Amino acid sequence: MSNISSLYSGKVMDHFKNPHNMGEIENPSGVGRVGNPVCGDLMELQIKVENNVITDAKFQTFGCTAAIATSSILTDLVIGKTVEEALKVTNIAVVDALDGLPPVKKHCSVLAEEALQKAVEDYNSKK
Amino acid sequence: MKVYPQTSDNEYSNKTASEKNGVRVYLDYAATGPVKQEVFDEILPFFKGDFGNPSSMHEWGRAARIAVDRARTQLEKFLNLREGRVIFTSGGTEADNLAIKGLVLPFLNKNEQKPHIITSTFEHHAVLNTCKALEKNGVEVTYIKPDKDGLILVSAIEKAIKKNTVLVTIMYVNNEIGTIAPIREIGQMIEKENENRKLNKESKVYFHTDAVQAAEYLNMDVDYLHVDLLTISGHKIGAPKGVGALYIRKGVPVLPIITGGEQEFNLRAGTENVAGTVALGKAVELIQKSEFKIDDLKNLRDYFIDRVLTEIPETQLNGSKDFRSPNNISIYFKYVEGESILMNLDLVGIAASSGSACTSLSLQPSHVIMAVYADAERAHGSIRFTLGQATTKEEIDYTIENLKNIIKKLRAMSPLAPKKYKVQSASKVTIVIIPCALNL
Repeated sequence: MSNISSLYSGKVMDHFKNPHNMGEIENPSGVGRVGNPVCGDLMELQIKVENNVITDAKFQTFGCTAAIATSSILTDLVIGKTVEEALKVTNIAVVDALDGLPPVKKHCSVLAEEALQKAVEDYNSKK
Repeated sequence: MKVYPQTSDNEYSNKTASEKNGVRVYLDYAATGPVKQEVFDEILPFFKGDFGNPSSMHEWGRAARIAVDRARTQLEKFLNLREGRVIFTSGGTEADNLAIKGLVLPFLNKNEQKPHIITSTFEHHAVLNTCKALEKNGVEVTYIKPDKDGLILVSAIEKAIKKNTVLVTIMYVNNEIGTIAPIREIGQMIEKENENRKLNKESKVYFHTDAVQAAEYLNMDVDYLHVDLLTISGHKIGAPKGVGALYIRKGVPVLPIITGGEQEFNLRAGTENVAGTVALGKAVELIQKSEFKIDDLKNLRDYFIDRVLTEIPETQLNGSKDFRSPNNISIYFKYVEGESILMNLDLVGIAASSGSACTSLSLQPSHVIMAVYADAERAHGSIRFTLGQATTKEEIDYTIENLKNIIKKLRAMSPLAPKKYKVQSASKVTIVIIPCALNL
């Protein structure tokens, strides 16, 4: 096992130890589930949209420290935004908000972005 | 047996819970361990006092030469070696390389037929990747699958032997799941095969075992094991990292892979790692003299396994419980991922290891778990704990209590876990640190 732990930022560790908005929403407006347990990463993002604003977001993740941290901070980044604003949240924004990720873990941020896109897609399809 | 005190020079920048409550529980002995105190004391003179080069004629050199020879004798005693050589190397990996490349490469240009190696799909990468490299050079390799209990069948190897087979290499104890291979029985089978080959004037099949994980606790008598080649690693048995040894039975045609000077009977060039060889010699001597009760370790291991399997739901042991190294616990925790388990354990001062892809730079799941179970999810959800002679029941209790909370917390946030594991109300879940009666 490589020495990944010493490469995680303080922000990543904070989100890992105390994840934000972990759980499920009753009657979510949109759900995005991405990843694959075969690969070792599965993320689910649930959003509540009211008047085009994301009023709540919850995540569930099967994955490593980085995966948990990216999905946790993703919820922070989208709550309070309009759907259009939220779609602009990229994986780079996620990485920056976490003060960086080790190169080998960057793909976790991509997964977070994909989860968001899928959740919004799901919301749009139900409208 | 006192263990060399570890420094607390820790570059881990985030304050861990362990640094707050001071608890440190090391359960990753299969990865490495501390240098034993007696070993450390034994090698100190060779850094500044008896620092000579064993090849030198003067008294500095002679003192070093005597030390290396003594260490070699200790290794020979440990292995009950009557005919053959012990070659010191830089570690287990180099010894594996010397055994496999050193034996097989010379066969490449000999006959019209490709030389053939038989090994297993769950060998350590030092063996696997060496075999794969040889395949690129025109060597044929058969990779035997372990059975559903993580055991290698003698019959499977026997069936795979062909006219052009020159080497069988099977690890004695698997480093990830701790299962023990029937080395003696494989060796006996190969000897029978060689008797037939002798009658037909065909060349022998040689037998190598990577005994890195076996050396501390299992029978290492090379005649009992019926092996031609055997690998030992220093840092798994209380010697420092950077030293190992390869046993070569008399008559086994190994050529050096590191060429240069004439050291190690022209089989491994380079000035001897005097301190390292002295350490290795002392380490195996300690094992032979040890009064440590291996059954006690087995009981501790089984206590750990039984507690986890009964107290944490949906858990499974990886590999046979009966044919298992006394120190190895490898558990599959359903619905949760290995690196996040390890990180949580690290935060409370517990060291372990995992087969998850997320812990490897290659992002590949453990090839060992894949070989036995063909289940990537199982690889991602498996944790290995390996005990040492210093491990106490209190440390295991501390680990199990924290493990229960960690698995609960991770299952609560896993989209794979059934509803019964979800804590609906909590959006902030904190780690619970169990106060314990550990003597700090």
